[in-house]
Amino acid sequence: MSVLTEASIDTISKPANDHLHGDLLEISMGPHHPSTHGVFRMNIVLDGERVVKLKPVFGYLHRNHEKIAENETYLGSMPYTDRLDYICSITNNWAYALAVEQLAGISVPERAEYLRVITGELTRLQNHAGLIGFLLQDMGASGTPLMYAFREREKVLDLFEALTGARMMCNYMRFGGCRCDLPDGWMEQARKVVDGFPRFLDEFERLLRTNEILMARTQGVGIVTRQQAIAAGISGPMARASGVNYDLRKVDKYSIYDRFSFRVPLGEHGDVYDRYMMRLLEMRESIEILKQAMRDLPAGPIVDPNTKLRNFRPKAGEAYGRIEAPKGELGFYLISEGGPNPYRYRVRPPSLINLTLLEEMCLGQNVSDIVIILGSVDIVLGEVDR
Amino acid sequence: MNLEEIKSQIEANVPGCSLEILPNGSPSGQHSLLVDKEHALTVASFLRDGASPRFDYCSNVTGVDWPLKEISTKQKTKKLVDGVEKDVEEVIKTTTGNYLEVVYHLFSLEDRQGPLVLRMRTEDRAERVHLPSLTPVWRSADFQEREVYDLFGVLFDGHPDLRRLLMWDSFTDFPMRKDYVDPDDYEYEPTAHDEVLKRTQAHYAAQGEPSEAEGAR
Amino acid sequence: MDEQLKNELRRQGVVATTLQELYNWGRKSSIWPLNFGLACCAIEMIATTMARYDLARFGAEVFRPSPRQADLMIVAGTVTKKMAPQVVRLYNQMAEPKYVISMGACAISGGPFKQGYNVLKGIDRYIPVDVYIPGCPPRPEALLDAFLMLQRKIDEQQLTGPDRPRHLQAELPSEFTVPECSEHDLTPTRNDAIWQVPLVNISNAGKNESGRD
Ligand code: SF4
Repeated sequence: MSVLTEASIDTISKPANDHLHGDLLEISMGPHHPSTHGVFRMNIVLDGERVVKLKPVFGYLHRNHEKIAENETYLGSMPYTDRLDYICSITNNWAYALAVEQLAGISVPERAEYLRVITGELTRLQNHAGLIGFLLQDMGASGTPLMYAFREREKVLDLFEALTGARMMCNYMRFGGCRCDLPDGWMEQARKVVDGFPRFLDEFERLLRTNEILMARTQGVGIVTRQQAIAAGISGPMARASGVNYDLRKVDKYSIYDRFSFRVPLGEHGDVYDRYMMRLLEMRESIEILKQAMRDLPAGPIVDPNTKLRNFRPKAGEAYGRIEAPKGELGFYLISEGGPNPYRYRVRPPSLINLTLLEEMCLGQNVSDIVIILGSVDIVLGEVDR
Repeated sequence: MNLEEIKSQIEANVPGCSLEILPNGSPSGQHSLLVDKEHALTVASFLRDGASPRFDYCSNVTGVDWPLKEISTKQKTKKLVDGVEKDVEEVIKTTTGNYLEVVYHLFSLEDRQGPLVLRMRTEDRAERVHLPSLTPVWRSADFQEREVYDLFGVLFDGHPDLRRLLMWDSFTDFPMRKDYVDPDDYEYEPTAHDEVLKRTQAHYAAQGEPSEAEGAR
Repeated sequence: MDEQLKNELRRQGVVATTLQELYNWGRKSSIWPLNFGLACCAIEMIATTMARYDLARFGAEVFRPSPRQADLMIVAGTVTKKMAPQVVRLYNQMAEPKYVISMGACAISGGPFKQGYNVLKGIDRYIPVDVYIPGCPPRPEALLDAFLMLQRKIDEQQLTGPDRPRHLQAELPSEFTVPECSEHDLTPTRNDAIWQVPLVNISNAGKNESGRD
């Protein structure tokens, strides 16, 4: 089969007879580059400082998650989902559990739903905190914001560790519930963390919200319009920053999200600044959800007693389950043939699809803006390449 | 959202297309709509612009490989054997599969409905199989169709930039097909079983060291 | 000079040392790692440099983005076949003396993704590794431990004699073959000069043990 490769630099037309323009410069940024958040690569063509072409290159972390999962039992894939978006393992577990529950028609007890919401929203908190830390780091605020963000993240990771035994790879959900109940004293600790979180946000905003450099670098940069966002299937905070009112917690009302009152922040301009603010505002809403969920947490079983753990074979059919993960719509598409492992196992990666518009966002911008545009998309390579 | 209704809407607006509803046996109840590939692009643009609800958000695109499979069903029939009527089991063999499938999950942002599962099938599983690309309709299919090309080997006609997405360009296989064979880079495993054990034995058979295969059992 | 005398002198305010000790002390106290992350383990690596675990206590907080300025490569995460040539190339670009920490199950052996068609089964197939840290991901404490281990290793290096480290032996290579992505797999699939198949034959191994008598 013939090899289809990228069109080369020669096909780009240069401004005709313009001797002020030098040659175009082709650079390969990544896969080893400190600001690509992993092993992401972009082939960029520059005219001076201006980007005239940008092609992302994926696959440097393609770990064959889907192929492995098709040879693995349903439950056996659960730890692998941790390693998709390795910053938010719990929401990955949740999306996968949800898809399997739809496939096999499993119900989830009340308490487990609350535990899912609590851990899921904590995950969102630490993801967004980390993201704005990294974003500001990319912007040149070296060290300090990231240190602050990681300080808060560590507190949340301590909670995860106390609950699941692992800081990052929690492997917490099971089909029809959760793996383990809260240990003694967890709730008090969690309340402390959640109550202390707004202070961190205030501090962050005071330091940076009206910072002139931050505004100058982010406002009007990397704009995505509402129409573009919908056409390109952008989801999550990035879509909402462009004014797309689509939050699966409100739309699908999966789990028990219809019981909590929270608002969905929407952006207007769809630039990097809006995306940055979106994360800050979403964290505040997550804190609201957390407070309500922690207040109402009922007693009861944490896993549906009718679910089989061993020899779990859903009958033939398929299901697409999706949740609002911190990065966007995370979906799992499963086809069962009645066997112990899924016939087809597909992850709909929000990080990958949110990158669809990367070239459009960067065209005409300065080369230094690429870094913050990429940072504001919020990608994790484990999920982009799977 | 009623699939029958959408089907009749499409049939009324896209003349000549053949649609089929594929039922889904799981409790999720997400039945899907099989579209013939000649009219897929028109159907897609109708779904985006003309249908009600409008499916303006294409969330998920993926491929599924269905190799040729023989299904034998047992059927009990009555037959005269030596003049006596007896129940005889007859095995009926049918074949299914032998195609690649591309699945699109569509949602409607405005009416907050979905998913509408759209499927297309290729004729066979040859190395070059063609399907129309729906990227001109939904931009979000861009990378995902590239991924399907990369891992399943479906060539999307009309895709603006069809290249491998995840594997390197000089790679020639399609690893998500069910008959893909990994390169033999087996390494000693202390507890080989099932699939891995098979690979172990195949590896040592290829190397001509049968005793080690036994050792690794 | 024997230890006792040295300690005696130190108590009197006289520091006596050897050139080798001084040299090793200087190197081990300022190991600059390459700012290089591959997957999940890299997040734990970042966490190690942050306020709580504070890698700076061991003189290794200066993460360099360029391989030319780095002494240590922490292979933190899954090395895929597509990425392996780049990892080896980065290693080749680093100046001697250089060290490698293989962090996490993936970098050691492919870890949970070992059966994947695009996953390299351990970076030590192409470059020599000094310290392995098991775990998925290893905790920050484990990475700190690996640092201390590496420091001990540097401390024990002899400047002269046949056991002197690689960077002092001109005839030993400091660059290794960069594999190429070919039609089905990497070529070559491993560097036989530095990597051998680990203990393969259980039946033989058993025989050897029982055959000791
Ligand atoms: S060892 Fe585990 S945590 Fe580390 S990169 Fe591999 S899968 Fe991720």
